[in-house]
Amino acid sequence: MMSNILIIAEHNGKELNSSTAKCVTCAKKIHPDSIDVVVLAADSHQIATEAAALEGVSKVIRVDHPVNEYPLAATLAPQIIELANKYTHILGPSTTFGRDLMPRVAALLGVGQLSDIMGVENAYRFKRPIYAGNVIVTVEAPSDRILIATIRSASFAASEQTGNAIIEKYSINVDLPKHTSFLDLRSDSGSSRPDLQTATKVVSGGRALGSKDNFDLIYELADVIGGAVGASRAAVDSGYVGNDLQVGQTGKIIAPDLYIALGISGAIQHLTGMKDSGTIVAINKDEDAPIFEIADFGLVEDLFTAIPDLIAALEK
Amino acid sequence: MKILIPLKRVIDYNVRVRINPDGSGVVRDGVKMSINPFDEIALEEALRIKERGEATEIIVITIGTQENQQQLRTGLAMGADRAILIETSEELEPLTIARALKVLIDREDPQLVIMGKQAIDSDNNQTGQMLAGLWNRPQATFVSELTLSEGTATAVREVDAGLEVIKVKLPAVITSDLRLNEPRYVKLPEIMKAKKKPLDTIPFSELGMTPETQFSIVSIETPPKRPKGIMVENVSELAKALQDRGLI
Ligand SMILES: Cc1cc2nc3c(=O)[nH]c(=O)nc-3n(C[C@H](O)[C@H](O)[C@H](O)COP(=O)(O)OP(=O)(O)OC[C@H]3O[C@@H](n4cnc5c(N)ncnc54)[C@H](O)[C@@H]3O)c2cc1C
Ligand SMILES: Nc1ncnc2c1ncn2[C@@H]1O[C@H](COP(=O)(O)O)[C@@H](O)[C@H]1O
Repeated sequence: MMSNILIIAEHNGKELNSSTAKCVTCAKKIHPDSIDVVVLAADSHQIATEAAALEGVSKVIRVDHPVNEYPLAATLAPQIIELANKYTHILGPSTTFGRDLMPRVAALLGVGQLSDIMGVENAYRFKRPIYAGNVIVTVEAPSDRILIATIRSASFAASEQTGNAIIEKYSINVDLPKHTSFLDLRSDSGSSRPDLQTATKVVSGGRALGSKDNFDLIYELADVIGGAVGASRAAVDSGYVGNDLQVGQTGKIIAPDLYIALGISGAIQHLTGMKDSGTIVAINKDEDAPIFEIADFGLVEDLFTAIPDLIAALEK
Repeated sequence: MKILIPLKRVIDYNVRVRINPDGSGVVRDGVKMSINPFDEIALEEALRIKERGEATEIIVITIGTQENQQQLRTGLAMGADRAILIETSEELEPLTIARALKVLIDREDPQLVIMGKQAIDSDNNQTGQMLAGLWNRPQATFVSELTLSEGTATAVREVDAGLEVIKVKLPAVITSDLRLNEPRYVKLPEIMKAKKKPLDTIPFSELGMTPETQFSIVSIETPPKRPKGIMVENVSELAKALQDRGLI
């Protein structure tokens, strides 16, 4: 059976997001006849060049249009529908971008969606987590219709940048809805620290930090090891950091080589966001904290003494 | 203005979900069931809108078995005006749920549908976006702040890059994130009063559509356990272990 895959590129208007390279890796596991990537942007030149370099991509489709300056599902979905009939699968990342967009695409095509693919058995059989990752199901999709799915980024490595796909421009002729408009993006990041979703090391703090000022301890340790900063929902809710740093079922799902959890109890909703990390370290003053059940290295200690000591030990 | 709140009955978020020994599904016997936490937040938001005088009626809707009445009653006790149970014993996929909700929208003509961003059992995160697509109306997903004015809604959305602000024309579908609000506790007198509020049951078959199942579950398993870790005695042992492994 032929399979032709279309991947919806995620980007910030300038650069390709790493989630796209992970979708490509997932797509390759399907062993398709072709993998195309579509870039919907105001000016897609640079992003398309990055996408064309991803190993495994056959063709990059550039759809340049002023309305594509901001990623609004209501305007992107009808454009994707225009392209859909050539494909057996349309994949997007299971980031907030893909989660917002892909179900709308599916509904417009009159088909269901498979969310958060974490493993590929064959072109129509996949593994995905449910119940906050406490249960894994293998799901079979019908092969007689287009499959819309989102890809759990933490489960796939990024495809290498050794490819050289052709790039084509495409202009879409559909009426786009005008009922939705972008107003603003407020972002804390833009810092020089590594990005939480791509970092190989992450230092995360929880409610135990107690204040925004105390959370500086987490930043200090992160800087010493060259890591990104993450947080539990309790830390975000308490206003210590912005929502873009939240790790978990309702935050980011990440799998760095090293994850250090400081003053985080280990609720299942947090664990689902980080339990695929290479090495997990936990420091907590409660020896019964559930985080220790999944930690490779655990230390029962007050973090207000442990973090400064750890910084001193690592700086030596 | 009418607001529709679709809510799902799910295993309570505090329960540690386990798989049946025969691998047929997850253990449900004697397990605490609740309103999906995101849906409770959606309802709370609607109640606040109504309390500000910006809405006139709040309708809670669920699709499922008779047992779902329990969650509808809780919704009524929180302050919803009436409830609708679309009765079916089948486990339905988000597209079918969205199609069924669209039938209700055509009957009720709401200006706003506020629902959870995700059901914490299937973790699909699809239904709101699908409903907005089928309805051909705007969607504001993962919302942590909502303001209404003159036929539009301004929504602050929690996205990976931070907080995105969008403006949508009504009618629209809003899906709630956890930080939108903190739902109220229901008091006993409200539970008693809620018993008198209208709760209609509509058999799914009366919606004039057939449910469609696209995906079948081949197998269900518990994720592999991580190997047991080591408890270190102090910080220097920890620093050494990490350095020895080349992690730092
Ligand atoms: C639907 C839903 C979705 C959710 N999604 C997420 C999510 O995406 N991410 C997430 O993180 N949570 C999520 N949660 C919340 C989750 O259930 C927990 O409430 C949250 O993770 C707790 O954060 P915490 O570990 O920082 O705080 P707590 O549970 O309060 O733990 C604090 C820990 O710090 C320890 N401690 C205290 N003082 C010290 C000290 N001085 N030194 C060392 N240790 C100390 C304590 O022993 C305790 O273990 C969700 C909840 C729901 C219902
Ligand atoms: N059976 C149902 N009855 C009513 N509402 C539902 C049902 N299933 C899902 N929903 C709504 O759709 C939202 C998203 O669910 P899901 O797409 O399954 O993650 C939930 O938070 C509910 O608001």
